[in-house]
Amino acid sequence: MKQAMTPEEIKERKPYLDWSLSEKEYDYISQKLLHRLPNYTEVGLFSAMWSEHCSYKKSKPVLRLFPTKGERVIQGPGEGAGVVDIDDGQAVVFKAESHNHPTTVEPYQGAATGVGGILRDVFSMGARPVAILDSEHFGEIKADPVMRYKLAETVKGVGDYGNCMGIPNLGGETFFDACYQGNILLNAMCVGLMETKYLEQGNASGVGNSVMYVGADTGRDGIHGATFASADFSKEHETQRSAVQVGDPFMEKLLLEACLELIQNHREWIVGIQDMGAAGLVSSTAEMATEGGAGMELNLDLVPQREGGMSAYEIMLSESQERMVICVKAGHEADVKEIFDRYQLHCAVIGKIIDQPRYILHHDGQVVCDLPVTSLTSDVLEQPGEEKKPARLNQPAAKWEPVVKDAGAILRQLLAQPTLADKTYITRQYDSQVRTNTLVKPGSDSGVLRVRGSHKAIAMCADTASRYVYLDPEIGGQRSVVEAAANIVASGATPLAITDCLNYGDPNDPEIYWELHHSVMGIAKACEVLATPVVSGNVSLYNENDGQAIYPSPMIGMVGLIKNYDHTIPMKPQNLGDYVYLVGDLTDNFAGSELQKLLTGKISGALDQLDLAKLHRTMEQLLKAEQTGLVASCHDLSEGGLATAASEMLFGTGFGLKLQVPGPISQLFSEPAGSFLVTVAKEKAASFTKQVPQARLLGEVTNSHRLEITTDDQVLNQNMNDLEKIWKEAIPCLMKSKA
Amino acid sequence: MKFAVIVFPGSNCDIDMYEALHTVLGVEVDYVSYRAESLAGYDAVMLPGGFSYGDYLRAGAIARFAPIIPAVKKMAAAGKLVLGVCNGFQILTEIGLLPGALKQNESQQFVAETSTLLVANDQTPFTHKYQVNQRLAIPIAHGEGCYYADQTLLDELERKQQIVFRYVNNPNGSVNDIAGICNEEGNVLGMMPHPERAVEAILGSADGLGLFQSMVEKQVQA
Amino acid sequence: MSRVRIYVTYKPSVFDPQGATILDTIQTALGHQEVSQVTVGKFFDLTLPAANLDASVKEIAEKLLVNVNMETYRYEVLEEAE
Repeated sequence: MKQAMTPEEIKERKPYLDWSLSEKEYDYISQKLLHRLPNYTEVGLFSAMWSEHCSYKKSKPVLRLFPTKGERVIQGPGEGAGVVDIDDGQAVVFKAESHNHPTTVEPYQGAATGVGGILRDVFSMGARPVAILDSEHFGEIKADPVMRYKLAETVKGVGDYGNCMGIPNLGGETFFDACYQGNILLNAMCVGLMETKYLEQGNASGVGNSVMYVGADTGRDGIHGATFASADFSKEHETQRSAVQVGDPFMEKLLLEACLELIQNHREWIVGIQDMGAAGLVSSTAEMATEGGAGMELNLDLVPQREGGMSAYEIMLSESQERMVICVKAGHEADVKEIFDRYQLHCAVIGKIIDQPRYILHHDGQVVCDLPVTSLTSDVLEQPGEEKKPARLNQPAAKWEPVVKDAGAILRQLLAQPTLADKTYITRQYDSQVRTNTLVKPGSDSGVLRVRGSHKAIAMCADTASRYVYLDPEIGGQRSVVEAAANIVASGATPLAITDCLNYGDPNDPEIYWELHHSVMGIAKACEVLATPVVSGNVSLYNENDGQAIYPSPMIGMVGLIKNYDHTIPMKPQNLGDYVYLVGDLTDNFAGSELQKLLTGKISGALDQLDLAKLHRTMEQLLKAEQTGLVASCHDLSEGGLATAASEMLFGTGFGLKLQVPGPISQLFSEPAGSFLVTVAKEKAASFTKQVPQARLLGEVTNSHRLEITTDDQVLNQNMNDLEKIWKEAIPCLMKSKA
Repeated sequence: MKFAVIVFPGSNCDIDMYEALHTVLGVEVDYVSYRAESLAGYDAVMLPGGFSYGDYLRAGAIARFAPIIPAVKKMAAAGKLVLGVCNGFQILTEIGLLPGALKQNESQQFVAETSTLLVANDQTPFTHKYQVNQRLAIPIAHGEGCYYADQTLLDELERKQQIVFRYVNNPNGSVNDIAGICNEEGNVLGMMPHPERAVEAILGSADGLGLFQSMVEKQVQA
Repeated sequence: MSRVRIYVTYKPSVFDPQGATILDTIQTALGHQEVSQVTVGKFFDLTLPAANLDASVKEIAEKLLVNVNMETYRYEVLEEAE
């Protein structure tokens, strides 16, 4: 890199094509934005900043469909994380982020740094991270030892980082399907709490104010991680050298405490603060300058460096972890440095705000970059993709009718599917109780956390419905949000807002762009109806392996509020003899269900339209019943349907259920969106059904520890101990298998 | 009765310990930085859980050099109560206040769950509110919690009744199911399980309260 | 048969947080300012036939012991025996 190409050579030899910058973009930058040829460093900055990962140039036109405003929304998308009012001057701050490509290449470090990055997004807003959730999608593990290794390492990476930081893991999801065999998904979500008055933004302004760098030194790790994340993923990357970073949770813990001390005690010293994430120093500083409408001049010789001889390009694009940028008011640099010194963190003034709207970099006594600030950020050419309805959706397969001869055998098989089976193998490796506020640990519909010092609690979950999105992106997108809301409502919380990770294949494929567009339409519609605006999120495209795309997999992270945590609803029945109700309707459409996958090995068919308004109304009624103490326990129906949900409610208890469900037995395995099993004390039954008129009485809680369900054509009668054994042993057994 | 909760770089159960003492038990308690060199004025020292110095090298190995450590040793020598939980237990073995060592869990995995403990010795200042063989539900969360001692040491610990808690279902491979031990004098206790996480029924268990109440009452009597 | 020791460390360009923290302790707590670098790694001792040793070690290291995305390795033959 010593003999960098001249601007003319770059124009001639087009090295930028390898960095994912197109010729059209290069020409536009040269001719329309700069009116000259960019130099080597500048082209490097453009290629990173104009990548999808940083610029959202492909997805932005679609993302505008999301509703982002609401009564409680304090900060919507565009900042480190979304901020939502939870009364009393407090706010919940949250965001999810994908780390799919790094996790596929190096599962342990990829997952660990995924967690580290999302934590910094949250504490850079001035919030203390209080919970982590993780949504993981793996390939099938049964016959693939490499996938088992990746699962084990991913889980260890998520666990080690969060455990070391002392932030409880409150749940998430783990899903298995062959479409993720070559490209696993790791989406990490962080939830923080703050006093609203401490809200910080990633903003740099005020001529003469200083740009300070804090945290770990800059090394050559992760250079071009952003473009790496935006490129199709194929075997050749398995030898890619420098794209992986190593996480240092100890440094991050110090950084967290130092930043919060600065923000909470000395807010008047600073203008803004931002994490150095994808595309490191260039992305954080250029975004802060754009946000503040300011210009910025940096001297790269002042950047703390771990290695000698780094070029300007390497310094600017390094994705070394655990670093932040702070815009400090002139005169307070020494004050800020004193705080970081105390935490033994490096801290240096690397530049200042200038009165020209330029982005100027000095290195080795030379100006190596002099660009209009916005050329790196808001001037990026949007590139709405071409769209074409995927061929498979034009003629969906005919409706599939399952033949269920032995419902007990089917249920036993379903409970052994890794997607449905007990996830203790995973959750046991995550500290879920540190900080002593956890009211509901992972394994229920939502994780629930007390807000210390109040009677409030927040509920949170992360959900994907990728099979449904694959079969019908729009309805599937709606379903993803409904599923998340159902989890939140089942725990007794009012849904507040969502974050998302949009995981898709190559958007240059018109069919994949269509999937992206239509699933976002679905998500947006459901968010509007359910009054859960989108407050933050992230897009991960190019999730492909040797040309094979994953299912379109938008992950929805939702947060809800429980005003009185005494009304947190458990998933498990509480009392013998309580009535059991179904809220919602079973269906005879099995397209996309776990049953269909189990019996046919694939998914197919068309989805039914969702009546979002009705689902919303029902959830509101159920919530009111929960908040007035009418509900003893509640669990939403998801993968594996009513039979699976009923089993999950009984595991770990001594109870049984005796139910009468009209219709054929196959419907016990149907997966209706937004439906619940609810137990209610007999003396409250009348009030409950008045409050939730749709609720249908199915039976009651018994002490037999059996699941007994009578339907029109068959009786299901299973010993819960047997079912629990199957459910518990499935994943440990698969992980130990030698095949 | 005044407690000190030592905060090392990377401690993360410091707040849990503080809240258990301050909010739940209502006793006097301060955070004390690892940089401090004196613990004058305190009656008991708590070394909380977490990952001091990231647990790099070995859990507790680097905390050993912190400026506060001589003061902790002085407290122990003076007969004051010293409790190390989780990472605090690891530090106590690294600085030589407790014998033995903590290795990586036999499963090679971090393990977080509620464990059932048996009180093995109810005659210590930390456990006199419990009964011997009483069962306690106390959360654990550790990766290096497998207590190791050679046979000679083990025999000695058994003979001198220094084993204070045992696991009912050994989660990490500790010898003799050891979950917590004290020094010969009985005023220094180290344990992997987190009693400070078991002081409120709403969070799952209040079985850890007895330990803190024992400490407070002992001090009042003394 | 040969006994081979394979040493695995991070590549020089990859940050080694453990090494950095231990270095800091050596310098500040123990006062050994003269120490300028600590690298943490792991080693594996393997016993295997001398024939094709280099190729076998290469495959074992690169496919299993080392993540070539971030780690590097070297090895030495400790002893040779019949």
